[in-house]
Parts: sequence; C-alpha cells; structure tokens
Amino acid sequence: MTTVETGDSVGTRAGSVPTAEEPPGAGRAERLSALAQRHGALVTLILVAAAASIGFDTFATGDNLENMAVSSAFLAVVALGMTFVIITGGIDLSVGSLFALGGVLAAWGSQYGTAVALLLPLAVCGLIGLVNGLLIARARLAPFIVTLAAMLLARGVLLSVTDEGSTTYLVDETSFFARLGQDTLLGIGVPVWITVALFVLGAVALRRSRFGQYVYAVGGNEDAAALMGAPVARTKIAVYTLSGLCAGLAGALNAAWLVSGVTILGAGMELEAISAVVIGGTLLTGGFGFISGSLVGVLLLKVIQNVINQIGSLDSAYQQVVSGAFLAVVVIAQTWLGRRRRML
Amino acid sequence: MLSVTGLTKTFPGARALDGVDLSVGPGEVHALIGENGAGKSTLIKLLTGVYRPDAGEIVLQGRPVRFATPLEAQHAGISTIYQEVNLVPLMSVARNLFLGREPRGRLGLIDFGRMHREADEALRALGLRVDVRRPLRSLGVGAQQMVALARAMAADARLVVMDEPTSSLEPREVRTLFGVIRALRERGIAVIYVSHRLDELYEVCDTVTVLRDGKRVHTGLLAGLNRLSLVSLMLGRELGEARAATTGARASGGEPVLEARDLTVRHSLHGVSVSVRPGEVVGLGGLLGSGRSETARAIAGALPPDSGQVLVAGLPVRTGSTPAAIRAGISLLPEDRKAEGIVPGLSVRENIALAALPGLARFGLVDDARVDRVVDTFVKRLRIKTAGPHQKVGELSGGNQQKVLLARWLAMRPKVMLLDEPTRGIDVGAKAEVRRLIDELADEGLGVVLISSDMEELIEGSDRVVVLKDGAVVAELTGTEVTEERLLRAIASEGTRAPEPTGAPEPLEVAERAGAARSPDADRRDRP
Repeated sequence: MTTVETGDSVGTRAGSVPTAEEPPGAGRAERLSALAQRHGALVTLILVAAAASIGFDTFATGDNLENMAVSSAFLAVVALGMTFVIITGGIDLSVGSLFALGGVLAAWGSQYGTAVALLLPLAVCGLIGLVNGLLIARARLAPFIVTLAAMLLARGVLLSVTDEGSTTYLVDETSFFARLGQDTLLGIGVPVWITVALFVLGAVALRRSRFGQYVYAVGGNEDAAALMGAPVARTKIAVYTLSGLCAGLAGALNAAWLVSGVTILGAGMELEAISAVVIGGTLLTGGFGFISGSLVGVLLLKVIQNVINQIGSLDSAYQQVVSGAFLAVVVIAQTWLGRRRRML
Repeated sequence: MLSVTGLTKTFPGARALDGVDLSVGPGEVHALIGENGAGKSTLIKLLTGVYRPDAGEIVLQGRPVRFATPLEAQHAGISTIYQEVNLVPLMSVARNLFLGREPRGRLGLIDFGRMHREADEALRALGLRVDVRRPLRSLGVGAQQMVALARAMAADARLVVMDEPTSSLEPREVRTLFGVIRALRERGIAVIYVSHRLDELYEVCDTVTVLRDGKRVHTGLLAGLNRLSLVSLMLGRELGEARAATTGARASGGEPVLEARDLTVRHSLHGVSVSVRPGEVVGLGGLLGSGRSETARAIAGALPPDSGQVLVAGLPVRTGSTPAAIRAGISLLPEDRKAEGIVPGLSVRENIALAALPGLARFGLVDDARVDRVVDTFVKRLRIKTAGPHQKVGELSGGNQQKVLLARWLAMRPKVMLLDEPTRGIDVGAKAEVRRLIDELADEGLGVVLISSDMEELIEGSDRVVVLKDGAVVAELTGTEVTEERLLRAIASEGTRAPEPTGAPEPLEVAERAGAARSPDADRRDRP
C-alpha cells in the first residue's frame, strides 16, 4: 500500500517539476527528515541518559550500566532477527515463545555439554522459524497468523517439556556454558560481546550483501522485486529462519546468564522487540530500516525501564505506560515524516 | 532470435491467448498492438516468465525455453520494461539498477564505490544526470522509467520487451528512448514494442503484429500498412461495412447539463472539453489509452485534474472529489465492474441501496420500508432477473450485475451518468437490453456519457461522438457524421503532437483548442 501511495505522490510532484532533478530546497528538507528518522532515537537516547545521569546518582554507576547492558543484550538479539523480518514487510510474533523455549532447551541440554546447550535451541527454534517462512512465502499465508500459531505452539511445547512449567532445569554453574552467560571480558559481560558481534555481522549482511538488498527490495515493493528477478520466497524464508535462530540463541544466552531455564520468560517479548525495531526507525510497512537503529531502540526501552525503577515512588507498571506512549510518539512522528517526505 | 508458435493461455472463464505465433529477428523492432483484452499483456507475461503457457512453444536463439520465473527469462536474455515503473521506490537509484547483480569485492561484499560509478555511467549514457545514491522515489516518473531502461539494457539482453514505455515520459525523454531503441537495433538486439500511440509505432518499429480477442490477426511490415488499415485490424471492423447511426433524433437544444472544460491531467489528458445536454448520449471514442476512461474519471472526481473545470447545470463542481461530484449529480459506472463496483457477497437489495443509504436514513437509522420501495422500483424498471432482493449479487449473470450497478447509481437521482464500457463481459442478449435501458434513460432526460470499445455500440448508442487521441480531443462527430468510417479516420489521423490531418482525404474537425491548451504545457516541458 505504501508503495502505491509513493508512486502516486511521485506522479503529483512530477506534475510541478518536469525535470529529473529536484529543487534544492526539497532535497534539503528530504535529507533533514531522513536524518530525523535515522537518528531521532539516538538523540532521544542520549538526552534521556544524560538527564538520568544528572537526576539519579545511581544511574551512571558501573554496576547499573553493566546490568542494563546485559539485560538489553537478550532483547537486542531478538530485535536483530525481527529487524530483518520487519524490513521485508513481515512480522514475527513467535519470538517471545521461542525465546522461552530456547532457554529451557538450553538449560536441559547443558547437562550434555555446551555444544548441545547451544545447538539444540538453535535447531528447534530455527526449524520453527523455517516452517514459519515456508508457510508465509510458499503457502502465502499472512505472517501475523502464521507466527501467532507458532507462538502458541512453541509455548505448548515449552509447557510439555517442563511438565506444565513445574520443572525448572538448572545449568551447572561451573560449566563452560554457564560461563558464557556469567563471565566478563574487559569488565563487560560475554553476552554483551556476543550481541555486539552479532549486530556487526547483521549490519554488514543487511547493508553490504546481496541478501540484504533482496530484503529491502522485497519489503519495498514485492511485485517489482519478483519482476526484477529477486528470489522473493527464499528471502522471506531466510528472514523468518534467522528470526527463529536469533530468538533461540537469545533464550540460550539468557539461560546461561540465569543458570536456569525459566519458563515464564518471554511473554510479551515479541511486542517489546517490535517496539524496539520501530523506535529505531525501521518502517513497519517494510522497505526501510537499519540494524543500528534497533540496538538504539532496545537501549532506549531499557533505559526508560531503569529510570522508572530509579524513581522508587513510581509503580513499575508505569514502565509499560511510558514505553507505550513513547512508541506511539515514534510511530506518529514516523508517519508524519514519511508523509512530509512524500509530499516534498 | 525469438520464435513463438501456437502459444495458448487460458484463465478461468476466458481464453486470453489462443494459438498465437510471433517471430522477431535480431535487430528487429516489432510492434505488438491490440485493444483491451486482445492478449498483449498475457503474451508479454508468457515471454517474460510471469505466466506459463498451457500450450505452444517459445524458441529463443534456436533453443526451446520454458521459464518458471522472471529471473530465468532474464538469465536467458529477455529484459522487460513495464508500463508502471517496477522498481523499489525506497531503495537508491544505484541499488535498483544493480539489484541481483551488484559488483562484489572481497568476502563477497558489495563494492558500493564501483556500483555507484557504474550506475552513474549507465545513466549518463541515457542522458540522465542524478545522484545515484538518492532514493529512487526522489526522481520524477520519467526519470524512474529511464532507470528501468538502464536496468534492462545492463542485463545483457538479447530481447527487450517494452510495454507502453512512453506512457509516463516527456517528449524529450521519448526522444532519448527512441535513440536507445535505435542503438539496440544496431547492436542486433531484438525489441518488442507495445504502444497505443500509432505515431510512435511508425517512428521506431519495423514490423507489426496485431492481436484481437486472443488471436493473431495480422503480421507484416509496418511501412506497408497505413494507419486506417491498422486501426481497422485492431478494432476488427472493415471499411465500407459502415452503417449510419440510427439515433441522433433526440433533442440537441437546451443548456448543457454537464460541461467539462479543458481538463488536464499530466501524462493523460491535455485540455479535454466535453459537454452533454439533458437527454443526450455523448460517446467518447478513441483507442485504449486515448484518455476515454481518464476523462470520465476526471469528471466524476476520481482523478484529480491539474487544471480544468467541471460544471453541472451551469454550477462549478469541486474537482478531484467523488462525494462532491455525486452530490452535484454525476454518477460513474466504472470500467472494472468486479473491482470497483459490485460487492458480490452482499444481496441485490444491499448493493442497490449502498450508495443511496445516507439519503434513505433518518437520524442515522436506515428506513427499511423506503429501501424496499426503491429497490423494488429499480428491479422492476431495469428488469433485473433475480430470485429476490436478498439473492447475492455474485450469483447473478454479468448483465444483471451491471443492471444492479446502474440501479445503484440511478437511486442517487443523477443528472449525468458516465458509463465506462457498460456492456463489457456480458452476453449478447443482455448487451442489447443494457443498450435499450441507456436509450430509455436518456429519453427521460438523463445526460449520458458513453465509453465503449465496441464501435457499433458507440455509433448506434450515441447522438454525438467526441473522439480522443493521446489525451486530447481530435474530432467531434454529430448527427449524420457519426459513422464508422468517420470514426476510424478520426482515430487513425496523424498525431496530435503535430495536429495536421494530412493522411485523411477529407479534413476533419480538428479541435483547435486541443493544440492551444497544450502549448503552455509544452513550454514547461522544454525547460531543461
């Protein structure tokens, strides 16, 4: 739908400007609004963090920052996969359940060694993601419904593995797997390093690989992408598989950090991940977005949570209120910016 | 180079292409023409791997090919430029140009420096200077089309298929395109060129294939075929078969109930004026793409004009707003009944009452008794054959569906009805019935604008025919002038871009305003 609107507006604009070149003013305004879309979240993050460091003595302490970084890491990995999915114009609601399932499978598998603890959740969650992708790309079912079904299914598998949630598998604290979650390198937790590495890889894949170009093309105009010879179905299957893998890995790392597979985690995490991606400047309608934005989006959500926790008098339920309000503001701003850019 | 034999494609309910042969040699520019539904698009989609044929063979450079996807067709050397720009607007120009074959450096990563350089060179070769890093949508439609062209050429094509490539181009860009086509011809690349603009065909094409109703009706050198024969072939009417109009007796006096003045829509209409008096049926003639539907849509507010005026009974109507047009008494029966008209899952009663509901409601509640009365009246009056008002419209025949639509708009008590292809896709008996209804409605004082690709329907049904070509009025035929021969000649006349009817033996009434209204537009186009 967006693409249709865009096409129309290009036509109307062309109505007043017959040359291929734009008037310089429009170009500048377009660049400004593109800049706002790209870095709005980052600027907000810096402002909120700066205000918090001034307002609360306990905010900018090493412990608090380290704590925020590690707890952000897991959501960030989930949001990484989600970014690819959303840029293709899709959505993945199954990641919260896959995150929890991945954690439980990793904790259970850790008794057989680190390799099993990592590969089992990746295999299972990757497979569910692959099935999501196949149903969406080949059977042409709506991503919303397919991944909703996967979300319920994964939650069901999780409950059956844990005897309706009554069994909690623990990770041996001395194992190498537990150290993946617990250890620090140069004072920073290993999960944070892993997350940073994954984001670098993800950003390179999205910006610099041919696969990344297909991801943008499919989300930007699926029909055109198909006519240009882009492998539309394969690209979609790949992004949902990737999203499943990311969710499973995030769950496994979380289990290593908590040294147990906590069954109640992950509920609502899919929505948090989607919020983070959208706050980071990726268009929910697809075709536009970037990996670094999602990282900023995650950090912003976590900083807001942290700040509300710092205000002792505020109920923690207000986290959700503030996060929700923030998301609404971002979406409104995005729509407004998008419309402005289209009208230029 | 390319040889197609017996190509057949059937869709549910319709045979789109029926045993079509086509052959194009290296360096040949082959025109492919035909009216709506003739099978051009189907043929192109078969050639480019979008559809797969039911029967027949495509042989490319001596080898039989079967394409499962557009990508396979591209790898085989067939590139396509579509009428609508089929690129990704949010991606940069260079990324669009190179999608799927980006130059890659170490680690298989895309070499953006090289990509931008090569993109810039490719576009400069076509006379386009833009920042290739900018998103595609920041370019005008014409420039976007040039990017699509560059993409097609860069793919090392043996055959380039161009589906109405000039429909959104400026004259200057059309010149560039023709230059490119000539360069392709010199390099021995074959071109299949689809266009409704006859002038363009005669300018760049060597040979022509005419399709009609899914069949090939003619193939030959273009130079040996005059315009009149070409139009006759497309429309399937022979000269001399012409019959005089049977109507034309209706009163032509009185003030116009509808007046459209100088409607201009970029790329599609250039100062079109039409007026309709009460009780008059005015036909809009012309080939597909001549601006017939656009004129109707502009009058009905569905297509916002860049300039021009619409007056109903002397009062101006806000343009570009369907509600305003409907309030003023203009109703449009759209061309695509299924997509823009009926709601198949709703009943006959609901479909008829749909548009008129606000008028039939009191305090926001629908007055059932009044709806029943209205529905009942129209079912009887239009002789809609239905099991009852609660039957689903989807279950009715095409003709009766069309009558339900007519009823819907008549329930709005319009002063003018615009009928876009009112008898398309309905059987012969129902056609006659719908035509009779149109006559009856006009007799009762309704102003009617009739669009039809069926020559006979247009001539017999209209009191006056306004002939459009390339978005401008080229002739207006009244009374005894409404004959097939006159109509065909008007359509086949030399281009409006140079409005001198040199080809026709007797001078036509070339509307001067068409040329005059276009000149400011032309000035603007010449700006560098």
